[in-house]
Amino acid sequence: MAYSPPDRARVKARAADLRAGFEAAGAAVVEAPVLLSAEALLDLYGEDLRARAYTTSDALRGEQMLRPDFTVPVVQMHMAGGAEPARYTYSGEVFRRQEEDEARANEYLQVGFEIFDGSDTEAADAEVFARMRDAVEPLREKVGLRATTGDIGILRAAVEGLSTSDARKRALRRHLWRPARFKQLLDRFAGRTPFPPSRLALLEKSDPFAEAGPEIGLRDRAEIESRLEALRADAAETPIPAAEIELIEGLLQVRETLPNALEHMRDIAVDLPAISDAVERLKRRAAALARHGVNVEALEFEASYGRTHMEYYDGFVFGFVVAGRPDLPAIASGGRYDALTRELGRGAGKPEGIPAVGGILRPGLMVELEDAA
Amino acid sequence: MSLKLGVPSKGRLMEKTFDWFGSRGITLGRAGGDREYAGKVEGIDGVELVLLSAGEIPRELNAGRIHLGVTGTDLVREKLGQWEQRVEELAELGFGHADLIIAVPQLWVDVETLDDLDEAAAVFRRRHGFRLRIATKYHRLIRDFMKSHGVADYQLVDSQGATEGTVKNETAEAVADITSTGETLRANHLKILGDGLVLKSQATLFRSRTAPMAEEDRAAMAQLIRRLDLD
Repeated sequence: MAYSPPDRARVKARAADLRAGFEAAGAAVVEAPVLLSAEALLDLYGEDLRARAYTTSDALRGEQMLRPDFTVPVVQMHMAGGAEPARYTYSGEVFRRQEEDEARANEYLQVGFEIFDGSDTEAADAEVFARMRDAVEPLREKVGLRATTGDIGILRAAVEGLSTSDARKRALRRHLWRPARFKQLLDRFAGRTPFPPSRLALLEKSDPFAEAGPEIGLRDRAEIESRLEALRADAAETPIPAAEIELIEGLLQVRETLPNALEHMRDIAVDLPAISDAVERLKRRAAALARHGVNVEALEFEASYGRTHMEYYDGFVFGFVVAGRPDLPAIASGGRYDALTRELGRGAGKPEGIPAVGGILRPGLMVELEDAA
Repeated sequence: MSLKLGVPSKGRLMEKTFDWFGSRGITLGRAGGDREYAGKVEGIDGVELVLLSAGEIPRELNAGRIHLGVTGTDLVREKLGQWEQRVEELAELGFGHADLIIAVPQLWVDVETLDDLDEAAAVFRRRHGFRLRIATKYHRLIRDFMKSHGVADYQLVDSQGATEGTVKNETAEAVADITSTGETLRANHLKILGDGLVLKSQATLFRSRTAPMAEEDRAAMAQLIRRLDLD
């Protein structure tokens, strides 16, 4: 079934209302071009982005992408001239390729709200969540919305706390957003899966380059030798203790109401003290959410939330979904993406990044759900 | 109207397709001389031969402009999203065998598996400031394969020919291409990753699920399927 959007004029009017609400909260309205340079986006998100975004090109500017989201252009714009603290709002179309499911929209409006302010990150996190909640509140009773929260910062802290080499920590951190790969690495580093035999054979050779071909390509012999050295060092590593692996696996499975999750993770922190600060941040955030009138007692917390679909979100994450409709995308979602701003900042002379949290709404889906209710 | 059968318009693929149908009592051939792209069909009624570039056959099947088509599995999977909903595989024809593989320089003694490639790509990106480049024309297939194996920090660069030469020319660090014997790879000092087989392809007869059919076309299709022993 092809996607049939609700009346466009009503969706645009709703988007304008939502944006006006964020403006009233002190956000400056920003615009972003529809055509973005593909280079920066691909460098950030990798080849997978091509499966989600439309690419086009001309001979002069090269590859361009139809704006898949506003996050990147807004951060770039801020880095080029904005000063912190800043808050922005925007409204406009985003474009997403849909090759799996014809029923999903490939063009829809997004309204967003972003806060770039490092003075009190938990307060900023809570404010973004509360404003998104206020925006979807009228729908809550009509269709039954469910909010889920998570915190990738706790996971990152747990990885930092493992008794292992920096190289192994870096490998785990790199695959934080690819759960299958993360688990595979964890199993290997714990000694639960055998060391790859081809690798062992290679390391035992007196001259690993005996059968190597001629030196071709940009990845030269020195680069290969330095990886061989890294492989030797890795082979000499002692496995991560089983107890630590169990703690991290227990952490990944935490999925309960926020107060219970906090208790649970405080227990884990006794044996894995590296997560203590991150758990305290979660507690401060819960208090900040309560000050905004969020019913924290009933709020769901999932330690793994956002791991598969929110690359570079490295702290608080959240989403509002329609209960019983897993076929629909989240009606509102967002989180903290300091890691993304560090990636983008490297090329812009701002490698430290900016403290950034934000969320987006889908006014088209909101109108559609109201009509159906 | 008649049932349209799309067949590659030249080379070994065309000749072997003609042979395959011929041995089943259906004679396919060019209508005029060697240079004319009109076809003729003998031995069955209601079937029309359309000679096309093998690369265009998936698109024509998808659009429903031909009912049947012979082309490589690799091309169908690369070019059609949700290919199983667009076409049906009727028969593997037993020729045109080729493997889509990932290959890296033989010099890379530290890279034997996709895991190695992923780790090497991470270091490469930190060192060179851009993602490790893999030259290919099979963008969709390679992207899906890399994703399902959790390989990150790479990029695909388009290469429509002489792909094995891109490493030496330093326009790519690795390649993803079709090979049958591996000779071209070896000649260019490349080796296939141990788990780098993406797809085994061969010439295959596909049926379009979207092509409109009149009553007589259905009859012709049924008869053809019977004659080809595919029922």
